[in-house]
Amino acid sequence: MSFLDPVKGFGVTFATMFKPVVTDDYPRKPAAPATRYHGRHQLNRHPDGLEKCVGCELCAWACPADAIFVEGADNTEQERYSPGERYGKNYQINYLRCIGCGLCIEACPTRALSMTNEYELADDDRQRLIYTKDMLLAPLQPGMEAPPHPLRLGDSKDYYARGPELLAQQGSGPAESGAAGEPGAAGQQGTAGQRQEGDA
Amino acid sequence: MTLANKPASGPDNAAEPEQPPVPEGHVRLTIDGIEVIAPKGELVIRAAERLGIAIPRFCDHPLLEPVGACRQCLVEVEMGGKPMPKPQASCTQTVADGMVVKTQLTSPVAEKAQRGNLEFLLLNHPLDCPVCDKGGECPLQNQTMADGSASSRLIDEKRLFEKPIAISTEILLDRERCVLCQRCTRFSDQIAGDKFIDLLERGSGQQIGIGVDAAGEVPFQSYFSGNTIQICPVGALTSADYRFRARPFDLVSSRSVCEHCAGGDAVRTDHRRGEIMRRLAWNDPEVNEEWISDKCRFAFTYVTTDRLTTPLVRRDGVLAPASWTDAVTAAAAGLEKARDARGVGVLAGGRLTASDAYAYAKFARVALRSNDIDFRARYGSDEELAFLAGYLPTLTGPNAVRYADLESAPTVVLVAFEPEEESPTVFLRLRKAVRKNGTAVHAVAPLRSRGLGKLSGTLVKALPGDEAGALDQLPELDETAIVLVGERAAQSPGLLTAVAELARRRGARLAWIPRRAGEVGSALAGAAPTLLPGGRLVADPAAREELEKHWGAPVPDRPGRNGEQIIDALVGGELSGVVVGGVDPGDLPDPAKALAALEAADFVVSLEQRLTAVTDRADVVLPIAAVPEKSGAFVDWEGRVRPFDAALGKTGAMEDGRVLDTIGVEMDVDLYTQSALAAQTELERVWRAIARPAQALPAGRHEGVLAKGAEAVRQLLDKLPGRHRGLTLASWRMLLDGGTLLIGEPHLAGTAKPDVVLLAAGAAAERGIEAGQQVSVTGPAGSLTLPAQILPDTEMLTDVVWLPGRVDGVSTSVRLGATVGAQVHVEPAAQQAQPGGPR
Ligand code: SF4
Ligand code: SF4
Ligand code: SF4
Ligand code: FES
Repeated sequence: MSFLDPVKGFGVTFATMFKPVVTDDYPRKPAAPATRYHGRHQLNRHPDGLEKCVGCELCAWACPADAIFVEGADNTEQERYSPGERYGKNYQINYLRCIGCGLCIEACPTRALSMTNEYELADDDRQRLIYTKDMLLAPLQPGMEAPPHPLRLGDSKDYYARGPELLAQQGSGPAESGAAGEPGAAGQQGTAGQRQEGDA
Repeated sequence: MTLANKPASGPDNAAEPEQPPVPEGHVRLTIDGIEVIAPKGELVIRAAERLGIAIPRFCDHPLLEPVGACRQCLVEVEMGGKPMPKPQASCTQTVADGMVVKTQLTSPVAEKAQRGNLEFLLLNHPLDCPVCDKGGECPLQNQTMADGSASSRLIDEKRLFEKPIAISTEILLDRERCVLCQRCTRFSDQIAGDKFIDLLERGSGQQIGIGVDAAGEVPFQSYFSGNTIQICPVGALTSADYRFRARPFDLVSSRSVCEHCAGGDAVRTDHRRGEIMRRLAWNDPEVNEEWISDKCRFAFTYVTTDRLTTPLVRRDGVLAPASWTDAVTAAAAGLEKARDARGVGVLAGGRLTASDAYAYAKFARVALRSNDIDFRARYGSDEELAFLAGYLPTLTGPNAVRYADLESAPTVVLVAFEPEEESPTVFLRLRKAVRKNGTAVHAVAPLRSRGLGKLSGTLVKALPGDEAGALDQLPELDETAIVLVGERAAQSPGLLTAVAELARRRGARLAWIPRRAGEVGSALAGAAPTLLPGGRLVADPAAREELEKHWGAPVPDRPGRNGEQIIDALVGGELSGVVVGGVDPGDLPDPAKALAALEAADFVVSLEQRLTAVTDRADVVLPIAAVPEKSGAFVDWEGRVRPFDAALGKTGAMEDGRVLDTIGVEMDVDLYTQSALAAQTELERVWRAIARPAQALPAGRHEGVLAKGAEAVRQLLDKLPGRHRGLTLASWRMLLDGGTLLIGEPHLAGTAKPDVVLLAAGAAAERGIEAGQQVSVTGPAGSLTLPAQILPDTEMLTDVVWLPGRVDGVSTSVRLGATVGAQVHVEPAAQQAQPGGPR
């Protein structure tokens, strides 16, 4: 053991002191994740506010973590939530289970389900981490009307066959993914460790 | 014989003549290079199945006649070394000697044909699997995923239909999804006999639609329509009830037994998170095959409707929730007091499992020290009990009638029994017998019902109450004949005795088929005033002694009161208390008196699932489990034990047997019925020890008892001439008539048959009544107005009027104050609309 050994040991420490910091200043300045980051889910809407989800449960079927619970129901002419016959009456995602893999997004046949960049999904209460349909639904944009309401943009088929066109007609619709309507998600890039720290 | 490729054996010993000989009536053929011996007439698709070769198919169904409609099962066939020019449908092709079949596994031709056909079937298919109820368990989806091509060459618009259309309130049809396999139409035609769904139009416009009969009218709803949903190989047929509620992977399937009739149908209960989503027929070839009635399929909402979850105890005149401990203690104390005063009776109800019925039977004898117990929540006579004492032992004997026997019997006689309404599974088996084996069905009844028409049966006209007299008009029966007698026989004095006597004399076999699922089991378990478990008589000292050995407790020797007598005794103050199982007073012959009896009783314990007229008058109410929440066993009409496990296991609801056992403990007696398993084991042990299985019915003890009531009826009739004369009331309960187990199911209720008054043409003409006209039927207590339906005089007695057994939830005999066989007055209704009209 040479007497220089402690200096060598501290060498790493001292050298690091002069390198740029890699840690984030969370929660004061949360980092913005990459746009394709797998954050909290969102249930999207058609341009007139009807829900895109048809309650098919394919997302629940695809989910490897069994995090999603869906119950479908029948649309009626008096009470319509989505174009077509079926809508998702009960929709829940359990964020204690979700591993953020995004397989549900791939499974969704209507693009009803997408992921936002919101990553602050920590809490000290189990119940609050089971997101229900009202928490997951995309906020109403201008020109949208909260369902139930009748088809405003043609018949059921038009909603699927002429989606982009209808969107253009209706003005600015909701983005299907990305950070639209997610003010809390802006900031630094999140990692699991930092999120815990942020909550502590 | 050319058996070119014989893979297993080597080339050198292929030439050796060591092939086993083909048995008589069989042929030898080769499928995919495997040699198989098949009975003549077998379909190639079945022979392949036995080898484990699955040929894709849609229209083929083992219980329906082959049609070859979907063309999915194409295979290459070679006969005598020459290939047939085109691929053949293996579901219509029968086997032949020396045939060489190549399926998709070995033949590229068959493979291509099948792939092409799949593409063809999908041409107009909407591919809306995400919103289709069949998605996840759909043969079309599965086969497309497995073997279909990934894209379609169709560039035109698909054919569109309005989706969905309602075949009935329960069955919805989405024609876009249909592959025109005709399973549903063949079912309606061949199995149910109701043409409620039919193939319409031609060519590309061909579609399935609502069937119309020869007269161009939409015929009655079918009680069996739900089966088409199950056999439809795509999602074209769905139920209003299950629509969009779950996906196959959400469901936990439990094997259960239907609680709605004495048929013992095996069902599959599919549940999600503790709630039943749907029920399907389970394939049980010996019992229900693959069919169940719509009641069995759809009537399960009662399980979650208005259920009682906590015990209730009456304090200061008010029923208030109480803990189980308090309620059981109160029940035990009250029952002990009542027993020591003037005694306690037990009305057990006919829907109990055998183990629960046994618990009631033992509770009455051991804890209440009385034989006052009756399982019959309906009209029941003492003659019936005497008949059962002779009949029950034959159920375990070698001559018991089974479903398969119905199928092979050349003659079946129905006495006071309307199978379509009262035991639908028996009806389907009879229909199969008639279609397949030409079984002759004779019904001793006042009229030729639609059900009898579907059985191509012959009517032996009998005045209600005088069926015994009409038995003479039956054709000569021999030992191959089967006589089926219904629970309504008890309403006709002397009939059961006469039927038993007839069967005994001619050596014909006899089966008693009650309506409710629990009746045979209850009778066998001894939940009757004169019967002990094992079908032995209370009056038999040896039987009592044997039972005492098993129970370790004295068995009371005084013969018990039957249900009616229990009610009379309560009203008259001869009994102090009563324990009521799931009995709806509306089912009893005299509901008002039954309610008065409950009011008169000092102490009433009610074991119920929900608040009823009985719980309103009870001192202690104990909530009990519904059938899907408990395990147990029903004994079907054949005497076959039909055990089942709880489908919904974790509700915490307790079965009757356990509740009674707990009360028993508080009363210092041990029933050993704390679980269904324990009760069943003990019942079986007791049964084995004391029952005496019988070969045949004993000689009639009541020989010579004749229909005295009917005699009086006839005399009365003779006195009154012409149109002022009353008509004799005939009536039976319909399958769907708003009974207790049908609550919470509007879609199913919508498929009930419309309530009508049935009249013979002669009687109608006499009174100036035309078909469809509103008719009032008046008895001493009141009247009922319904539209008339008129049958030709050849199909109905002219001095009879028929009414449904229950209209708008009220028993017809109660409403009119007239029992079956009594005189009622029939006339065209006054103009204004009356309550109790068609629903
Ligand atoms: S992201 Fe993955 S784990 Fe999370 S809900 Fe979707 S499928 Fe399930
Ligand atoms: S989110 Fe998509 S996949 Fe999930 S139920 Fe709704 S439509 Fe189906
Ligand atoms: S409705 Fe179903 S069962 Fe009937 S023909 Fe169409 S596919 Fe076959
Ligand atoms: S299964 Fe053979 S033609 Fe349909």
